[in-house]
Amino acid sequence: MKPTDTRNPEYYHKVVDCQYACPAHTPVPEYIRKIAAEKYTEAYMINWESNVFPGILGRTCDRPCEPACRRGRVEEEPVAICRLKRVAADNKGDVQSLMPQGPFTPNGKKIALIGGGPASLSVARDLAPLGYEIHLFDEQIAGGGMMRSQIPAFRLPEEVLNEEVGYILNLGIHTQFMTYVESLKEVLEKDYDAVFVGTGAPRGRDLPKLPGRKEGDAHIHIGIEWLAGVAFEHIDKIGKKVIVLGGGNTAMDCCRTSRRLGGESVKVVVRSPFKDMKASPWEKEDAMHEDIEIFDNHVPLSFEVENGKLTGMKFQRVKAIYDDAGKRKLLPTGEPDVFIEADEVLIAIGQENSFPWIERDLGLKFDEWNMPEVDKVTFQSTHPKVFFGGDAAFGPENVITAVAHGHQAAVSIHLYCQGKDITQRPAPYTKLFSTKMGIHEWSYDSPVTIDQRYLVPQAEKSVTLLDRRKEVELGFDLPTGYKEAQRCLNCDVQTDFTADRCIECDACMDICPTSCITFTTNEEDEDQLRQKLLVPATDKTQDILVSENLKTGRVMVKDEDVCLHCGLCAERCPTSAWDMQQFFYSVTKAENI
Amino acid sequence: MTYLKPLFRHPKLPKNKLGYTLKEYEGTISTLCAGCGHDSISATIVQACFELSIEPHLVAKISGIGCSSKTPAYFLGNSHGFNSVHGRMPSVATGANLANKNMVYFGVSGDGDTASIGMGQFVHVIRRNLNMVYVVMNNGCYGLTKGQDSATADVGSASKSGHINPFQPVDLASLAVELGATFVAQSFSGDKQQLVPLIKAAIQHKGLAFINVMSPCVTFNNNPGSTKSYDYVREHMQATGTLDFVPEREAIKAEYAAGTDTAVSLHDGTVMRLHKLAPEWNPEDRLSAVNAMQQARAKNEILTGLLYINTEFGDLHDILNTSDGAFNTLGEKALCPGEEQLQVINAGLR
Repeated sequence: MKPTDTRNPEYYHKVVDCQYACPAHTPVPEYIRKIAAEKYTEAYMINWESNVFPGILGRTCDRPCEPACRRGRVEEEPVAICRLKRVAADNKGDVQSLMPQGPFTPNGKKIALIGGGPASLSVARDLAPLGYEIHLFDEQIAGGGMMRSQIPAFRLPEEVLNEEVGYILNLGIHTQFMTYVESLKEVLEKDYDAVFVGTGAPRGRDLPKLPGRKEGDAHIHIGIEWLAGVAFEHIDKIGKKVIVLGGGNTAMDCCRTSRRLGGESVKVVVRSPFKDMKASPWEKEDAMHEDIEIFDNHVPLSFEVENGKLTGMKFQRVKAIYDDAGKRKLLPTGEPDVFIEADEVLIAIGQENSFPWIERDLGLKFDEWNMPEVDKVTFQSTHPKVFFGGDAAFGPENVITAVAHGHQAAVSIHLYCQGKDITQRPAPYTKLFSTKMGIHEWSYDSPVTIDQRYLVPQAEKSVTLLDRRKEVELGFDLPTGYKEAQRCLNCDVQTDFTADRCIECDACMDICPTSCITFTTNEEDEDQLRQKLLVPATDKTQDILVSENLKTGRVMVKDEDVCLHCGLCAERCPTSAWDMQQFFYSVTKAENI
Repeated sequence: MTYLKPLFRHPKLPKNKLGYTLKEYEGTISTLCAGCGHDSISATIVQACFELSIEPHLVAKISGIGCSSKTPAYFLGNSHGFNSVHGRMPSVATGANLANKNMVYFGVSGDGDTASIGMGQFVHVIRRNLNMVYVVMNNGCYGLTKGQDSATADVGSASKSGHINPFQPVDLASLAVELGATFVAQSFSGDKQQLVPLIKAAIQHKGLAFINVMSPCVTFNNNPGSTKSYDYVREHMQATGTLDFVPEREAIKAEYAAGTDTAVSLHDGTVMRLHKLAPEWNPEDRLSAVNAMQQARAKNEILTGLLYINTEFGDLHDILNTSDGAFNTLGEKALCPGEEQLQVINAGLR
C-alpha cells in the first residue's frame, strides 16, 4: 500500500470519530477538555461556533457522535458527549460579549429567510456579522421552529430556547413572526439578493384510510400538531386512556406529554419490533420510566367508534421476518386481533415536507416525490437565488443536521452574493501542533480512566409528571461532569509518525495496550495488509495508517480502530518518530471566507 | 510520564488454549530507557509464554543486577520472581530448580552480570545442565552506570564518547558450546520473528538453554562505530536458519525442501523444524557449530538462530538421580525420613 497522507485534513479528521460523525463537525474532544479544565465559557463558545445551539442540543440532540465514540468500541458505553455539552451551557459565564458585536456595517445585500427554525437561524448567525440585511419570516409567535413547537418543555425549557434564539436575533435580524409566507413568487419579486428556505417538514402523516378515522376525528390528533398545540397553550388536557401510534422520538414526546396532561394509561403502539423503533434508546427508556407501555409488532386495523365516541383501536399482531439482505417484512402471526381501549389517539408515524406556497413555474424544479431539487453540497435549488436547508432540503432529519445545512447554505449565499463560484468550497480550517511538554509529558491528560459512563440525574417522577414545564433531566453536577469528561480519550491528539526517524526498536509495538501498531512487510492489497496486523484490522470503517518504507524495508502499520490516544507509543519512542499532535479541525463558515 | 498502562486491551485480542490473552502474561510498565532492546526481549518472552499456553504461576523468573535484570518486573507479572545478587542468578535458579523441577525457569542476565561478575556461576550452571532458559540481554556496555565497555564489547568498537575498546570480547555463545551447553542460540532484540520460536524451543528444551540476544542500548551504545547498535547488528546479522516450532499434536503445515531441513525431537514429543540457510552446518554436531561460529566471526558476521542443540544429555536432576516430585509434593515423611535413615547415611560415609 502507498503511505498514508496524513497531511490531508480528512485523514486525522476521521480519527476523531465523534467530530467526524457530527454533521456540523463540532470539535468535541476540544470542548470536553475545556469542561474538565472548568473553562465552561470557552467550551460553550467552541460549541456555539460549530453548532449554534449548545444549550438546546445539550438536551435534545440526536447525538450521532455517541454511537461513533471510540470509547464504545473499547468498553461498553460512549462518552456522554451530549450531556457534557449541557454542562458547558449550564455553567458558562458571560458569552454575549464573546459573540459578534453589532451593529455591523451593511454590505448592501438583502436576504430573506423563510422559516425560523435551526437552519434559518444558523444562516442568520453566519451572515448577519458580514453586513447582510436579513429578513426572517415565520408563522409562529417566536423563533425556533420545531424546537419551539415540537420539543416539549420538560426536555427543553423555554428559557434555554429563548436565550439561544435570542443570541442570533439580537444580531440585528429583521423578524416577521406570525407571518405565513404564501407565495415564493412574491418573495422573489421583492429585491432580495438570495432567499433561504428553512421551512422544515411541517406535515404530520395521517392514516386517512383506516376505518373509523373520520368518525373518531374529534379524538384523533396528528402528533406534531398536537405537540404544537400544547406548546402554544391551545391544548392543556387529554383523555385518561391514550394510544400513541408510532415509534419515533415524536411518539415518545407525545406519550410523555400525554402523561403530563391527564393521560393515566398511555400506550405506545408500534408496527416494528421494539429494537427497530426509530426513537433513540434513551427516549424509550425515559418513556417507560414514566409508566408508558410500549406494544411492538402491532399493526393498526381500525379506530373503533361507538355512538360517535372513540372507544379504542384494533390491531393485528405481526412478527418481523428479515430476508438475507436484511430487508424487513411484517407477517401476521395468526393470533386474534387485539383491541386496546382509548379515549384519544395521537398519530406520530412520521412527517413530510410540504411546499404548497412555492409556485411550480418559477424555474425551481421539483422531483417525482414533490421535493425540490437541491444540490447536496451548495444547497442551491435549480433557481439560482433560492437555497434550501434543514428538513426542507432533503426530508426530516434533526436539529444538528439543520445547523450543518445552515452553515453550508450561508457559505453558498455569501459566495453567490459576491458573484463567486459557489461550487468552489472553502477548505476546512486546521491546526496540528505537538503536545510535547517534556521528555514524557504532554499538554493533555493522557492517562485513560476506566470509569463507566455516568448517569444523568433526573427529577422525581412524582414532581415532573405534574408540570409539563418541569425539566426532567437535571444535568450533571460539576464533579460528575468532570469525571465524565475524563472518560474522553482525546482522539484529536493524533499519533503522528515520522518514518525517517524510526530505528525500528519495536518499543511502540511492545507498549501499545491495544495492539494497534505492527511492523511488517508491506502488501499491495489493503485487505491482505489488514490481515497481517498483530490483531487483524477487520473493521474497514476505520482506517489504517501506513508509513513510508523503513530502513529494513518494512513499514509501520497502525490500526486506528481502538487506539486509546494514551501517548505511550510516543513516550516509549527513543527518537520522537512518534509524537502526540493535537489536531484542530473546523468547518469554514461564511464569516471566514 | 505514565507509570500505569491503560487497562483496556484490544477487544479482539486472541486467546490461547488456557483462555488467556497476552494481558495475563504482561508485567508492569517498563522504566528502562525508551527504545531499549531489553523491552523487546520482554515482549518476546510474553509472546512465547502466551503461545505455549504456559500457566503463569508455573514460571519463575530469576535475575541478577543490571538493566537486564530489572526486566522480570516488566514481563509475566503473574509469575514468581527473584531479583538476586549481582552475577548470582544461576545459584538461586539452581536452588529453586532442585526444590521444584516442575516449573519453567527463566534466568535473565546481562553481559555484565554474566560475562564479568557472574562468569564463574555461568560456567558452572552450564556444566551442570540445569533445566532452565538462560537469556543474556547483551548490549556490550554497562548501561546502568553510564555505558562503560563491558566484557562482551568487541575490540575496536567505539563508545558514545568515541573511546575505542582495546580488549578482546568474551564470546558467550562460543563459550557456552565449549562448556557443553545443550542448547545454544543467538538472536537480536529487533527480530521477534526469529526470537519468539527460539524462546519457545528453549522453554521446551530439557537442560540449560542459553540464548545470547544482541540488545542495543539506545542511550549509551547505539552510536556509529558501535558493534551493538540497531544499525550494525541489522547489517551484520547472518541467520543459521529459520526455526519452525511445532508443538505436540499440531499438524506440520509448511512443506520443506529435502536436504536443507532438519527435524529435532524434544523430550516431550515436540518437534522443532529447522530450515537451514547455512548448508554445511549441522546443529546437532558440536564441531560443525563451532566451525560455523568461528567462520562467522572471521567474516565480522553475527551468526543468529539456533547454533547447537543436544537432546541426549540429561539435565541436573537426571545426573543426580533426584526424586521424581517437587519438594512441595513429597510430604513430611519423605522430606524428613528420621533418625534411622540418618544413621544409615552416616554409616555409609564412614
